[in-house]
Amino acid sequence: MPLRLEKRAERSSTMALLSPIIAIGLTLIFGAIVFAMRGVDPLHGLYVYFLEPLTDEWAREKLIVKATPLVMMAAGLSISYQANVWNIGAAGQLYMGALVAGLVPVFLTGWQTPEVMLVMLILGIAGGALWAMIPAILKVKFNANEILTSLMLVYVAELVFDWLVRGPLRDPKGYNFPKTVNFAGWQTLPAWGDVHLGALLALLAALGLGFLMYRMLKGFELRTLGSAPRAGRFAGFSADKAVYFCFGVSGGLAGLAGACDVMGVGRQLQTPYSTPSYGFVAIIVAFLGRLNPVGAILAGLLLALTFLGGEAAQTTLHIPDKIAKVFQGVLLFFVLACDTLVLYRLKWESRK
Amino acid sequence: MEQFYAIAITIIAASTPLLIAALGELVVERSGVLNLGVEGMMIMGAVCGFGAAYVSGNPYVGLLASIFGGIAMSILFGFLTLTLLANQVATGLAITLLGIGLSALIGESFVGQPIQRLPNFHGINILIVFSFVLTALVSWFLFRTRTGLMIRAVGDSHVSAHAMGFPVVGLRYACVAFGGACAGLAGGYLSVADTPQWVENMTAGRGWIALALVVFSTWLPKRLVFGAYLFGTISILSFTVQTMALGIPSQLLSCTPYLVTVAALVVISRNRQLLRANTPACLGQPFLADR
Repeated sequence: MPLRLEKRAERSSTMALLSPIIAIGLTLIFGAIVFAMRGVDPLHGLYVYFLEPLTDEWAREKLIVKATPLVMMAAGLSISYQANVWNIGAAGQLYMGALVAGLVPVFLTGWQTPEVMLVMLILGIAGGALWAMIPAILKVKFNANEILTSLMLVYVAELVFDWLVRGPLRDPKGYNFPKTVNFAGWQTLPAWGDVHLGALLALLAALGLGFLMYRMLKGFELRTLGSAPRAGRFAGFSADKAVYFCFGVSGGLAGLAGACDVMGVGRQLQTPYSTPSYGFVAIIVAFLGRLNPVGAILAGLLLALTFLGGEAAQTTLHIPDKIAKVFQGVLLFFVLACDTLVLYRLKWESRK
Repeated sequence: MEQFYAIAITIIAASTPLLIAALGELVVERSGVLNLGVEGMMIMGAVCGFGAAYVSGNPYVGLLASIFGGIAMSILFGFLTLTLLANQVATGLAITLLGIGLSALIGESFVGQPIQRLPNFHGINILIVFSFVLTALVSWFLFRTRTGLMIRAVGDSHVSAHAMGFPVVGLRYACVAFGGACAGLAGGYLSVADTPQWVENMTAGRGWIALALVVFSTWLPKRLVFGAYLFGTISILSFTVQTMALGIPSQLLSCTPYLVTVAALVVISRNRQLLRANTPACLGQPFLADR
């Protein structure tokens, strides 16, 4: 084969910074080709998709709203993946966080003191974290593959959510729509324009986990267990505890994302509920951020932009907004492909 | 009797795509590669199959297209993981995410369109028969042929296999492409033979269940038949119970196949010795030939 990889003596820190940028560049080129094939002027298409949404104030707020759950979840997933713990069920954990937090307004509508907001957020974290404990326990106790179990539980969470919101939790005065009562007062998050308190929490979560990962022993432990499990065991780090820790943190953050979404954006539970699909996009965010929780902030904003761009493409260019999912998938491909450059050098050579 | 036959046919129809997709993934994993993109390859197979059947008017052309759709996605996976040595778990997820998005975009204009369904004889179509033939073939190929032995050697120790002069990467590419073909065909089964229509996200996690089935079968093709039919039966029974109106919420019954998958994984995985004896030792590990 003319293309050959050669292992670098040490990982290239230049490439570590450059690879996500190259990946974004390649995705833009791919986007231009797609637009051209659809009969849209590529530059105009790229402008409408990636720049126009940033030009007005209202859209910038929307960008932050969409980035909030993405950053929150991706921060937790980043540390998990670095520890080689594969939680891909953030979507299910988000459902559970939203559901558990939503129980308060449904059953205790009259509780209107400032504490209720905190209680709901904590319930959201607990809902997500407990749901994430299922695959963690199955992994530690029974050696069951956490990728498959955490994913299967997404479908279960979705069905349970759908059942409860259509059934026991439905607003009796809601004209039979599959939704709960509207949340109000202290049972919602304070907001500035569209941007709600969750954005601040997401920022804190990402920075906090970044600190944990690179400035604390726990982070060193997780990174060691991920990159050199044997060395980690000799150092006395427990792989089982790491599984619980990663699922607890990433599940808790996904649950918090769900609670913030229903308290700050939807202000009710309703089915079908679309935000959980962000749980899968958060996987892309985590990788684009190079599995660094702080990197997830920028990556989350970019992926949020792909959602806004998709809507713009639909209205302005008459291209189905499904294009957003394609761009997101392609971006992840390029990110993974470019990450090769960090550890390897590409060599072209003629056949000997 | 007639009702019994009808239920049996629906069980077979539900089990067949699981069996076909899992057979492909079993070969892939035997060669030491973990392709988590089954769901994505399957949904691409479904949309390509439906599209080709819709345009050509011929369901067999559709099935052929679904195979190519699956292969195309799997080659993409192979390029990233085998040539560029990207993380297999992440790349598999990427295949799934891309497959779901791309199929939704391609299938946009197919929604609600009719196609000619794959012909069947009293509910038995050619793919159902084929799935059993394929099981026997894969079993024979892996355990009774030289190439099959080479594939298993590559999966158990790619360094030794390379030292013996086996083309590790080439064999893995072939296995990955076979896995893609099977997943694509399984998707084509759903859109061309089973439902005959295109619905966004119509695979609904079947690709993931197929992945779990491979673990469940402890990488033995014959046990896949048992696993696939167990899951087919459970998912159909949960539907049948729903129609009986026992007062159990339908959503909770729909959970059953997913919960059973989790339970099956737990039952098999807790026996660590059984798993260690059968899991391809190099599963998921990248291989770079030094020379």
